[in-house]
Amino acid sequence: MDLLPVALTIITASTPLLLAATGELVTEKAGVLNLGVEGMMLVGAIAAFAAAVSTGSGLIAILVGAFSGVAVAAIFAVLTLTCLANQVATGLALTIFGVGLSALVGSNFVGISLEPLPQLNIGVLSTIPILGDLLFGHDVLVYLSFLMILLVGYFLSKTRSGLILRAVGESHDSAHALGYSVLTVRYLAVLFGGFMSGLAGSYLSLVYTPLWAENMTAGRGWIALALVVFGTWRAGRIAFGAYLFGAITILQLHVQGWGINIASQFMTMLPYLATVIVLVFISSDKMKIRINAPQSIGKVFYPPR
Amino acid sequence: MSQNKAKSKIGQLDEPELAPLLKLSGITKSFPGILANDAIDLTVKQGEIHALLGENGAGKSTLVKIIYGLLKPDAGTFEWEEGALSLSNPAQARSLGIGMVFQHFSLFEALTVCENIAIADDQKLNLKTIALRIKEVSDNYGLPIDPDRYVHSLSVGEKQRIEILRCLLQKPKLLILDEPTSVLTPQETLNLFATLKNLASSGCAILYISHKLAEVKSLCGTATILRNGAVVATCNPKLETAKTMAELMIGAKLHNIKRPKKSGSHDNRVQINKLNLKSNDPFGMDLENISFDIQKGEVVGIAGVAGNGQTELMAALSGEVIQTGSHETIFFDGVGVSTMRVAERRAMGAGFVPEERYGHAAIKEMSLKDNALLTTSQKLNLVKKGFLQSNEICDLTHKIISDFDVRTTGLEMETGNLSGGNLQKFILGREILQNPRILIVSQPTWGVDAGAAVFLRKSLLDLAARGCAILIISQDLDEIFEICDRIAVLYQGTLSPLINTESASVDQIGLLMGGKTTE
Amino acid sequence: MSQIFQFFPKFVLEPRLEVSGKWVILSPIIAIILTLFSGVIIFSLLGKDPFLALYTFFVQPLTTMFGITELLVKATPLVLIGVGLAIGFKANVWNIGAEGQFTMGAVFGGGTALLCQHMESILVLPLVLVLGTLGGLFWGAIPAFLKTRFNANEILTSLMLSYVAVLCLSYLVHGPWRDPAGFNFPESQIFSDYAMLPILIENSRLNLGTMFAILVVLVAWILMTRTIIGFQLRVVGLAPTAAQYAGFKQSGLIWLSFLISGGLAGLAGIAEVSGTIGQLLPSVSPGYGFTAIIVAFLGRLHPVGVLFAGLIMALSYIGGENAQIEIGLPAAVTGLFQGILLFFLLACDVLVRYRFSHRSVLTGERCE
Repeated sequence: MDLLPVALTIITASTPLLLAATGELVTEKAGVLNLGVEGMMLVGAIAAFAAAVSTGSGLIAILVGAFSGVAVAAIFAVLTLTCLANQVATGLALTIFGVGLSALVGSNFVGISLEPLPQLNIGVLSTIPILGDLLFGHDVLVYLSFLMILLVGYFLSKTRSGLILRAVGESHDSAHALGYSVLTVRYLAVLFGGFMSGLAGSYLSLVYTPLWAENMTAGRGWIALALVVFGTWRAGRIAFGAYLFGAITILQLHVQGWGINIASQFMTMLPYLATVIVLVFISSDKMKIRINAPQSIGKVFYPPR
Repeated sequence: MSQNKAKSKIGQLDEPELAPLLKLSGITKSFPGILANDAIDLTVKQGEIHALLGENGAGKSTLVKIIYGLLKPDAGTFEWEEGALSLSNPAQARSLGIGMVFQHFSLFEALTVCENIAIADDQKLNLKTIALRIKEVSDNYGLPIDPDRYVHSLSVGEKQRIEILRCLLQKPKLLILDEPTSVLTPQETLNLFATLKNLASSGCAILYISHKLAEVKSLCGTATILRNGAVVATCNPKLETAKTMAELMIGAKLHNIKRPKKSGSHDNRVQINKLNLKSNDPFGMDLENISFDIQKGEVVGIAGVAGNGQTELMAALSGEVIQTGSHETIFFDGVGVSTMRVAERRAMGAGFVPEERYGHAAIKEMSLKDNALLTTSQKLNLVKKGFLQSNEICDLTHKIISDFDVRTTGLEMETGNLSGGNLQKFILGREILQNPRILIVSQPTWGVDAGAAVFLRKSLLDLAARGCAILIISQDLDEIFEICDRIAVLYQGTLSPLINTESASVDQIGLLMGGKTTE
Repeated sequence: MSQIFQFFPKFVLEPRLEVSGKWVILSPIIAIILTLFSGVIIFSLLGKDPFLALYTFFVQPLTTMFGITELLVKATPLVLIGVGLAIGFKANVWNIGAEGQFTMGAVFGGGTALLCQHMESILVLPLVLVLGTLGGLFWGAIPAFLKTRFNANEILTSLMLSYVAVLCLSYLVHGPWRDPAGFNFPESQIFSDYAMLPILIENSRLNLGTMFAILVVLVAWILMTRTIIGFQLRVVGLAPTAAQYAGFKQSGLIWLSFLISGGLAGLAGIAEVSGTIGQLLPSVSPGYGFTAIIVAFLGRLHPVGVLFAGLIMALSYIGGENAQIEIGLPAAVTGLFQGILLFFLLACDVLVRYRFSHRSVLTGERCE
């Protein structure tokens, strides 16, 4: 059995998870729980797909996908930050809205197929056997996912803006008392989350399965949310988690090839069951969650007197 | 504007005229239903220690938030070093040289000391430089702190030190401190005063907010007294008596309450034997080897600076946290209750009043009626076969409101609209009307106006006179000395032996609060 | 010279002194009106006559007796699930896996019906209903267990289990439960009459399930407003620490919320297959479990409100189907409407607790 194609498919399966989880990490670090990742991904997916079909440009498609994610995240931001709506309820609404909107727009795009995004050609590197394929034979979004998680990790731990963002997520009252605009920080964090979810959606409809299908995210947005908990709000662990889940997703595709006879439904269940198990495993250490979770997460901020 | 002229000037300010650093005139700020600041004039001169004196709710905090740029006044003028300006945010205030030490700290528990200080330093992030500067300034002022520790691992006194250092690092011209001593031991308070005097002598003006007259007398050269949002007097506290200032501050005469002589009966209502409890909060304090007893009709006080295990002790006594050890450590009326839950302990005649009022002792978003039911639902006549008895609940709520003088607009009013004092009267009333045999109260008068505080303390003493065993966990030493028969001190999760109030001194208790025993 | 603080008129949100009862009712009505306005815009964008589309969507279905019975048929699962979710949401227990519990209700109940295919007894139906309810209850118990025992976030676990439940059903109807005489379609046999809920009105699909929904609304109303259990659920939802202090068992209340909402979703699931569909299909729900979340919020988390909200959302389903047939609107419009409605509702809800206040220009004078 050849492991290289398996490794390559793991990278493709992990990329959307990593992109979305990176965005949600920043959002949650600022103290906002946006449960609408699934919805934002779907909107990003259909927008990118539609743009790709009508313009033929991968770059434009990616940008349209990402900024559609920003646009729907903006709805969430206005509702939860300005209108002080419950974040859980609004996140659910965002997902329901995203499913509906993407299905409506997508009804014109069912059955069209796309050329996948081209692989980046990094000169001679891509021609190295095995390593060349594994490391240098991907499309731009894969590299972007690596770059973004590194940048976010650096931003959060090493920069002043990152410190302010963490401070807002720890205690919005203290940050407010020191004169930081809690709302500005949170708006930006939510919009960034939308941007990354939009990218994740774009990846699904442009690269992973270059087709549009209703609900094509199939719960990946929710898994990305679980990944943030799994990674205890740390960039490195989230990247690890994304690849672990990518591997589990890919397992189902290869199991039958390996001659193991299990109904496909049970294999499809694997990532969902794994999410539950991983959540149970991580959450049972209450102390760990308490120490790592941003203390203000999910709480409505109304400036005190 | 007639109030301004009618302001009484008592005590002549005969010190040499210094240049005014800050001059506020006619500052007015209102919130829905409250006029928090009513045309306030205030002048702070360079290098002076100026007290802003007033009761809880007098408008002190609102005024300093305006000075720090956190709130915008509805009207009034703001002059800084004789130039008029309008502050738009705290960063601007900091750049002018205004520093602020908040009463409820503006710290981030999950960040390090260094990060906490860096965040208020409006410059590029360089944690190494900041660590060096922290060390330098903390050596200068005798405020030792380890820059790499996480804030949640520090004591309350150390946390305040961070707040002060954070201001000092910016070389302030005006330092505002909001009730800084409420979290300090008497000895730490003296150290703080030395630091402040040192600062003032180097030219930094200090605006010192307090409701404690003795402190203001010993520290401040000028005092501005606020009542109901307006300035009622400006005076030199050193020339005034505590009594005259208190009357200005409160606007009425307060009667001291007399603690009745203990009857001396021996009826062990509460017995705690070597209680150990690991905190389930990563930022909490573990309890170690706690032992004490409370007799029938006795009031026992547990003094100590906040964060030394008070929350954990309260939770262990009420049964909100059940310890997992095998042997009995908590006895009510001689019965081991260690494994009993809250409801079972209540059924044995115990009542509890936790420190946090909203979200713990009462629910903001619920009506008074619902809040009355919160801890009384086990009482048979309020719930029959699982169904709520609306009339009986109304009667009980009425009784609490009338017996405990709760000012409200009706039973359906949301509890969130009660003032601190009224809310606490309601909560305490609810517990007392259940005729508890044992009552455990944390911070009974914290943040409550003086009138209500007297009423609450008197209610507790009356209850003790009827035979109830009462435990008071309080940060307020004056309160503990006023109403308790015996006193113990909680420090770092351990409890000192009980001392009879008659034989205890403030110094002795203060040292225990700082973890030192008298030699 | 002193500069005067100048303030321009601006609107700010201020907390109300008490919850506005008026806005609790007004907010959903305004949200519905705004959603209809959005409908006009969306229909125009899709190139349809907006008013014809609105008519086809929201009025035409109600012009026939059959349309009205269909409305009740669709509202039944929404109300049953919505009531359960509303109870949970009140207690701050976020069961969003009702779709899975609904499916498991169908699986357990439908499986029982298939087992009893040849039994001719009036006991079959009650057995089918009880097992269906237990199926949903069991599926709801899993996240409750994981939450109380392992502190695992119930939103994520209950949702993940929904995917699992739907895949289970898919496996069963593709495999062991496929009708041997069904030309290889992934469908079970049609249930026997003894396993079917009786039809209430001839020539319609209106069945006894609707009566269950009404009964459940009444019982839940009493539970939430008149009993100590309802009080405890409300307290734990608003302030868990206060609930602990009051001596209410938090884990017990989480369990209860999940068992009620799971059980009701299971009942809705079995009522759907044994009342409306009559057999097991790979998909037994057009997203009722998710739409019921909107129903619960639109109904103000109050059982009676849920009843009305269920009818409104049912209309959006039927209207969507009608508009698809009559004027060729994509079916997905329904989902979009539902999302928009929830957005508007959440936005309007801010006025329940806050009000807009108008600050006038102040120049040194205090304004009273």
